Amino acid sequence: MNDSLRRTALHDAHVSLGARIVPFAGWEMPVQYAGVVAEHKAVREAAGLFDVCHMGELELRGEHAVAVVDYLVTNDFKSLAVGRALYTVCCNAEGTILDDLILYKRGLEDVLVVCNASNRAKIAAHFAKAAEHHCEFRDVSDETGLIALQGPRAVDVMRAAGASEATLALPSFAFARDTVGGVAVTAARTGYTGEDGFEIFVHDADAAALWSALMAAGRPFGLAPAGLGARDTLRLEARLSLYGNDIDETTTPLEAGLAWVVKLDKGDFVGRDALVRAKETGLSRKLVGFEMTGRGIARHGYPLVASGADAGSAPIGLVTSGSPGPTVGKNIGLGYVPAALAAIGSAFAVEIRGQAVPAVVVKTPFYKRPR
Amino acid sequence: MSQNPKDLRYTNDHEWARKEGDLLRVGITLHAVAQLGDITLVDLAAAGTRLAAHARFGDIESVKAVSELFAPVAGEIVERNAALESAPETVNADAYGAGWMVLIRPADPAAYDALLDADAYDALLGSL
Repeated sequence: MNDSLRRTALHDAHVSLGARIVPFAGWEMPVQYAGVVAEHKAVREAAGLFDVCHMGELELRGEHAVAVVDYLVTNDFKSLAVGRALYTVCCNAEGTILDDLILYKRGLEDVLVVCNASNRAKIAAHFAKAAEHHCEFRDVSDETGLIALQGPRAVDVMRAAGASEATLALPSFAFARDTVGGVAVTAARTGYTGEDGFEIFVHDADAAALWSALMAAGRPFGLAPAGLGARDTLRLEARLSLYGNDIDETTTPLEAGLAWVVKLDKGDFVGRDALVRAKETGLSRKLVGFEMTGRGIARHGYPLVASGADAGSAPIGLVTSGSPGPTVGKNIGLGYVPAALAAIGSAFAVEIRGQAVPAVVVKTPFYKRPR
Repeated sequence: MSQNPKDLRYTNDHEWARKEGDLLRVGITLHAVAQLGDITLVDLAAAGTRLAAHARFGDIESVKAVSELFAPVAGEIVERNAALESAPETVNADAYGAGWMVLIRPADPAAYDALLDADAYDALLGSL
């Protein structure tokens, strides 16, 4: 394993659980323990525990902190209540996506930004520059651990680990401080799996203690450690975007199906003019969800060709994510296609090793949890 | 204690071959299965396909990755395991049995003897 890769505070726990460790965004991360499908099912049917300590955390404080952050993102952070979190993207002036983020309004002058590990340096520099002369900025990633507990039994696991009733009653995208497993945490009712659950912030020094406490508390409920492999199949079924696959600096939130996080009427923000123009011009392509109707698995980067066209024909689009969906029981994917082919039921083909394999646009999310 | 049967031969690509009369039955080893994880699709060349040694005769996909399958010896495919088309997980369940991939008629019957025996394959795994 490359020496320059970093290890999270939970590395030893992963090794003792028999995890297979892979390089990811500069970190050594567990890709699977028992197996991707078993972990995926554990999260859908019981609960799974994920190490997401590699994510970036940035803190902005001061009178203008909220305004600074609001100007850098597409969603309306100004109007958000204290104690609530918000999913958003952060665009450049061209209206393409620098990263997708969750913003936490901890106070009227206290903001936490969570960004992707792969984008930490870029986003930290971007936010630090915007904060200059306006508010305090700190990259607190190194001292911040983050553990995601996801699944229908997440509440039971949290209760068994000592979480307060207030934490257990948090609505979606709310967060609160608490003590869990004897450790001071901030628990947020958020996640990246399409299930109920929590993402739990903890001081890096306490992360291993929290992980052990949750694993022990979760045993009676079928809690399983879950790796990056299951995280990817879970988020794909829930049609949650993966930065670097489905969204990047060549895609706008409008074509990525993220118009719901773009509030053009909230006031000025970076990328607004470009997004207004893009909306007026109309979208030439859209990110759609599809399922394979022929035998084959679409993968990131495979070309899309017109329905009935031979493999090797001029591509009409590109697969951005694809894999078997263990819960939906189909081979599914996301890809950019011309806007005219974006309607549900539209047919095209995925070029898989020289074969054009039929696929059809379907409604997303592929999986929606029962409520 | 090795999991790899003594009566099979092996390749550096983590395939096994079993001598059955003039034919060789071919599959992937438990080590390969463990590396792949949950197998979700097996795509095999049709009967009648002629293969050079180390030529690709198919692809095997897990949830996360695609890997190629390579012929242990030169020869002709006389049968492929059609059951894997609808039940690829058989490879996870029974790599050395029902999870076989193809039956090959070797171009050179002696090619089998040049493959790794179980001890040599265990040594290879030990060095990984």
